[in-house]
Amino acid sequence: MDGRLVDHPILKFERGKEVTIYFNGKPIKAYEGETVAAALYAAGVRIFSRSFRWHRPRGFFCAIGKCSACMMEVDGIPNVRTCKVYVRDGMQVRTQTGYPNAEKDIFALADKLIDRFYPHGSHYTKFTNPLIRDFVLSQLRKMTGFGKPPKAVYEGKAKHEEISCDILVVGGGPAGMSAAINAGKYGAKVLLVDENPFLGGQLVKQTHRFFGSAKHKAGTRGIRIAKILEEELQKIPNVMVLKETKVFGIYNGGKEVGAVQKDKLLRIKPKKIIIATGAYERTLVFENNDLPGVYGAGGVQTLMNVYGIYPGTRGLIVGSGNVGLILSYQLMQAGVKVAAVVEAMPRIGGYFVHAAKIRRLGIPIYVRHTVLRALGKNKVEGAVIAELDEKWNPIKGSEKKIDCDFICVAVGLSPAHELLYQAGCKMKFVPELGGLVPLRTIYNETSVTGIYAAGDVAGIEEATAAIMSGRIASIHATVALGYGGEEAKKELEEAVKDLQEFRAGPFGEKIVSGIAKCMLSS
Amino acid sequence: MKYLERGYLEKDELPPFPSEERLKKRPVAYIECPQPIPCSPCFEACSVGAIKMDNINDPPEVDYEKCTGCMSCLRVCPGLAVFILRLREDGKGEVTLQYEFLPWLNKGDKVELLNRKGEVVGYGVVNWVLPPERNDQTSLVRVEMDASLIYDVRAVRKVRE
Ligand SMILES: Cc1cc2nc3c(=O)[nH]c(=O)nc-3n(C[C@H](O)[C@H](O)[C@H](O)COP(=O)(O)OP(=O)(O)OC[C@H]3O[C@@H](n4cnc5c(N)ncnc54)[C@H](O)[C@@H]3O)c2cc1C
Ligand code: SF4
Ligand code: SF4
Ligand code: FES
Repeated sequence: MDGRLVDHPILKFERGKEVTIYFNGKPIKAYEGETVAAALYAAGVRIFSRSFRWHRPRGFFCAIGKCSACMMEVDGIPNVRTCKVYVRDGMQVRTQTGYPNAEKDIFALADKLIDRFYPHGSHYTKFTNPLIRDFVLSQLRKMTGFGKPPKAVYEGKAKHEEISCDILVVGGGPAGMSAAINAGKYGAKVLLVDENPFLGGQLVKQTHRFFGSAKHKAGTRGIRIAKILEEELQKIPNVMVLKETKVFGIYNGGKEVGAVQKDKLLRIKPKKIIIATGAYERTLVFENNDLPGVYGAGGVQTLMNVYGIYPGTRGLIVGSGNVGLILSYQLMQAGVKVAAVVEAMPRIGGYFVHAAKIRRLGIPIYVRHTVLRALGKNKVEGAVIAELDEKWNPIKGSEKKIDCDFICVAVGLSPAHELLYQAGCKMKFVPELGGLVPLRTIYNETSVTGIYAAGDVAGIEEATAAIMSGRIASIHATVALGYGGEEAKKELEEAVKDLQEFRAGPFGEKIVSGIAKCMLSS
Repeated sequence: MKYLERGYLEKDELPPFPSEERLKKRPVAYIECPQPIPCSPCFEACSVGAIKMDNINDPPEVDYEKCTGCMSCLRVCPGLAVFILRLREDGKGEVTLQYEFLPWLNKGDKVELLNRKGEVVGYGVVNWVLPPERNDQTSLVRVEMDASLIYDVRAVRKVRE
């Protein structure tokens, strides 16, 4: 069985050379350019790992390297996120949890028995002798399955390459690309890094036409906006782009930055830093929410729109924000059925026009409903939804069984804030902005002078706002470094005004009130 | 904003329709985009100024007298909220809408007509298409139907032989 999409109304899937990878010793067909997780999924693999304690099956969830559900041993290296590594001919991939492997795991019995005989923490009460306890603990650790770490210990000093630049932009989504373009055009020496082998961030899976104004590329598909921005970038010689480069730390108040480019260590010395690392998906608590088949909405989009792989045959969408609504439409475009969209709030959360698009194709949207549980043993085989009362409790007797083989959780994103936090920026939990965000000036400078935040990492919004905030942050940084003169200063004020106008409508209200809670005076 | 509880507009929430007389004269844009959202490509696409929008968050309002039915707004609307309506001399009606599914529709194809809730309300025939490659993969299709249906039909589905 091949789970790959061939025809699509919007996308053309150009697959690379056919290669063979080995999964627990079994040969599997893959195409160059696919991640290991994508290739395994296309081949019908659904169980990627087992949970630590109960050995419950786990599938992938995020598909962008943020959740760790897909970790396996790849060519002898343990704990590799298979959704982030690309296939190579002859690659050996093994599941590292479960015995003999994650798909068929005899320890899965633990799910039924462990609590009865071995409740949480009982190694402390049962094994009072420290020697025996140490032995038991070491055996338990083996069972949790964090792979077999290599024995060799590295000695000596790591080799590294040093790069200096005026402005370092971390993240190549719409915010980061816009930041690099706008700083670059005034002559600043810019380094843009992204951990992916492509630029575009979230845009690369968005096949729909964007909202906003034509001035900011509305009416154009997300995938094309990514290309347009990349072409603009390529025209600016003083912007250097490093792909497959992940920043892991910011030191000395932003004067030094550590990054890895594939196997190479980089020591970057920037004058200013713009963090545009985007966001990751939240999950939702419900019974069996860890079954393979319960996926993040963005994960499904990645699988389907980036790699051209069917997520399943019939999906249930949880959450009616724009992400859930757009995903429903995109699933239908790929020929996948959508059973329903459920929304806990009394009304649809996203734009009405997005809801109308799928409603007129016959997809039911249940507001004031939630998913109670996923059904199935080793993967999703259905779901139960129920209506909620005024106090958000499920109403007895309102349960409905939904026939589906996957469930997409589209309940929002949280800012990918770690680098800002680590760099010492003052942070605040602001629910309106999606979670932990940095305090910032109207120019998006954080409490650490010279470090800026732009795009979703500063507060979950959308691409147009991300492009605008990247522009503001980078022009401010550029001006501070003495580039651009009066023209740049004027553009900066214009850019601030543009964004204010954009946020002036009812959909911007929440954002505006959230930002007010984390404003620093500039 | 009851429509946000359902995902479709009821009769009393729809913008006023162009008069029968106007619908007979030439095609006209009818826009179902009632919510204030930061979006304006339809407004920017209209070269005759038939779409009124005070700022980017203002919902569009069509001046049916100014509208020429040129379809520029239809081509770009990301919300699939624009429909071009027409009543023909011969008593038939036409709705032109965006279409982004496989198989692509061709002239002469028979289609199921769906209302705002996705219910099949009749059958129609495609009598003109703008092929997908001419509009960044959003095809425009014009569907001929009973005149009374143009007020309700908002999607079509190919009838598989
Ligand atoms: C389903 C869906 C539909 C959407 N629809 C719309 C729409 O219609 N209109 C609209 O305007 N917006 C839409 N959006 C929102 C829009 O895509 C996002 O708001 C936007 O992409 C945010 O841009 P960003 O640059 O902040 O982050 P991202 O696009 O997430 O980019 C962040 C980048 O940073 C990289 N990165 C992260 N950490 C590191 C690190 N440590 N080192 C190096 N690189 C790193 C990531 O790989 C990624 O490429 C949608 C989003 C989704 C998920
Ligand atoms: S059909 Fe043409 S004239 Fe009429 S509103 Fe749309 S763009 Fe304007
Ligand atoms: S382009 Fe479409 S979605 Fe945007 S405002 Fe106009 S009608 Fe509404
Ligand atoms: S980290 Fe790979 S699926 Fe989340």
